[in-house]
Amino acid sequence: MTPAEILRFALRGLAANKLRSALTTLGILIGVASVIVLVAVGNGSSEAVKKSIQRLGADALTVTPSTTGSGRRGGGFFPGGGAAGPQQQQQTGPRTQAHDLTVADATALGSSGQAPSIKSASPVVTSQSVTASYAGTSATIGQFVGTTPTYFAAANKTLASGSLFSSGDGKTVVLGSTTASDLFGVVSPIGKKVDVGGIRFTVVGVLKATGSSSSSFSDPDSIAVAPLAAVQESLTGYGGLDQIIVQATGSDAVDAAQAEITALLAQRHGVGTTGTADFTVSSQASVQSAVSDSTRTFTVLLGAVAAISLLVGGIGITNIMLVTVTERTREIGIRKAIGAPRGAILAQFVVEATVLSLIGGLLGVAVGIAGTLFRIAGVQPVLVPSSIALALAVSVAIGLFFGGFPAGRAARLRPIEALRHE
Amino acid sequence: MTPVLDVRSVTKVYGSGDTAVHALRGVSLRVERGDYVAIMGASGSGKSTLMNIVGCLDVPSAGRYRLDGHDVGGLDERRLAILRNRRIGFVFQSFNLIPRMSAQANVELPLAYGGVRAAARRRRAVAALREVGLADRTRHEPNELSGGQQQRVAIARALVTAPTLLLADEPTGALDSRSTADVLHLFDGLNRAGRTLVIITHEADVAAHAQRIVRLVDGRIVEDRRVAGAVR
Repeated sequence: MTPAEILRFALRGLAANKLRSALTTLGILIGVASVIVLVAVGNGSSEAVKKSIQRLGADALTVTPSTTGSGRRGGGFFPGGGAAGPQQQQQTGPRTQAHDLTVADATALGSSGQAPSIKSASPVVTSQSVTASYAGTSATIGQFVGTTPTYFAAANKTLASGSLFSSGDGKTVVLGSTTASDLFGVVSPIGKKVDVGGIRFTVVGVLKATGSSSSSFSDPDSIAVAPLAAVQESLTGYGGLDQIIVQATGSDAVDAAQAEITALLAQRHGVGTTGTADFTVSSQASVQSAVSDSTRTFTVLLGAVAAISLLVGGIGITNIMLVTVTERTREIGIRKAIGAPRGAILAQFVVEATVLSLIGGLLGVAVGIAGTLFRIAGVQPVLVPSSIALALAVSVAIGLFFGGFPAGRAARLRPIEALRHE
Repeated sequence: MTPVLDVRSVTKVYGSGDTAVHALRGVSLRVERGDYVAIMGASGSGKSTLMNIVGCLDVPSAGRYRLDGHDVGGLDERRLAILRNRRIGFVFQSFNLIPRMSAQANVELPLAYGGVRAAARRRRAVAALREVGLADRTRHEPNELSGGQQQRVAIARALVTAPTLLLADEPTGALDSRSTADVLHLFDGLNRAGRTLVIITHEADVAAHAQRIVRLVDGRIVEDRRVAGAVR
């Protein structure tokens, strides 16, 4: 018996009962496809989060106030980022006095000679879901940001047309691409006037689209950026800042910049290096690692659910092979009577089971890959090549493992009893 | 010359204690090469048990059995399978062809398990089918063949390995009289060509073709006689 012959016997056995073989295959197909798709969905959502964090720029740090008693806390400007970032400073123990982040803090960080690793520090106030109107059209802007011109470089925002406002400008605004198209359609917004919160802003520029608008997060292009003073006057009032976006001199200076910010602000806010700080500094790397930790958990969870369906498919194979063995007991008896060794019978049924699961696995890979081309629950799945190899290998292993028991039973049948079987 | 079959005081007991059934109570039988033996007996006489033991499908409870000089007692499954494959050709009452496999594939099967290469296998299978007069039915599956044709495919399958012993269990039991005549004629020819045949039957006219008739009653041989001028 050559392997090719064993395979031929197995294929003949499967072809004898096509519907049953197809349904068994379906179980494995669904299992493999769901492993591939769900892992891809997990991976896709993690990629989406990473991308939205990367928009911050590799050399940017975010300083947010971490007081609970005083000062407004706007939502993190970087969705899922600033707010979810790990706390660099331990916040234990009672706080005696908490300070808001102030423009003076930003100025101190950006222009005092004490922080050589910091290129710029931009004070940021944000207002969420602001209604803007132009000539009877109104649109909701996701984020209305008041800041200084250094913000654009720090937050990785580039202009598509027009110009940035300069520090001395009054009521000027730079619109995000979504905001611009919501308000103006195809007309160029440059030089037009927009009313926001009772104040008329002149549009001076439009930002480039960031390209990746993941629907699981707010649209990063639904934004408007205006000088700090104008936004404070019209929308947020003159309270503390929501954030200070600090740009380090380079991506390798981020750690140094973080230390400098912590030291400088601790000194300005009157907390010693051992005391509890009233602010949080987070860098892209720290946010990213925290987020990727949570998305990994998510991916593992999805994978585990899919693995269960693969297991169920495997049990389906055992079941159907047991039925097959019972049904073909007589045939097994005949084969044994004419001299089939135990090994040949075992091999035939193991190969039958493995062929079933392999075909199911291959079709499952095809279906899985096709499935990842679609958006699922708002996430664009990103295929993980190793999940294909793993799912396929597991499906073959399932065939061997779950087929082995019925095959062993077939091989152990005694020829006279098997021949007598009706 | 070593006898093909050498069965010595073989007993077979099923079960134990009070419920024990003595299927064979000490059977001794020698069959020489080229012989044509009919084993007769009513149902329950132990002839099927004897057939199973002679065919290496079952092992005796006591006694010795030599097949072609090889002691069968104490052989493991694997060696028994090899013995069945090389030395015995089975013909069953219910044909026992494998469904959905062509006549040729059925005949090739024992050669496949015996490790014969594909080309040689095909040649020998076709030759065996020609010998039983089914050269034009090689591609047909069992359900496309008549009972007599199926039994002839089964005989071709039994012959294809050139076994020392052809063992037939009620080979005509499921056949009409014409097919029975065909099959018996085939057996006569095989015996003339020097094959050793052992046929288990309860029909006197089937046994009449044999050179020797062995009668079993209650697990014992009660009669063993040569029939000189057998119906040929």
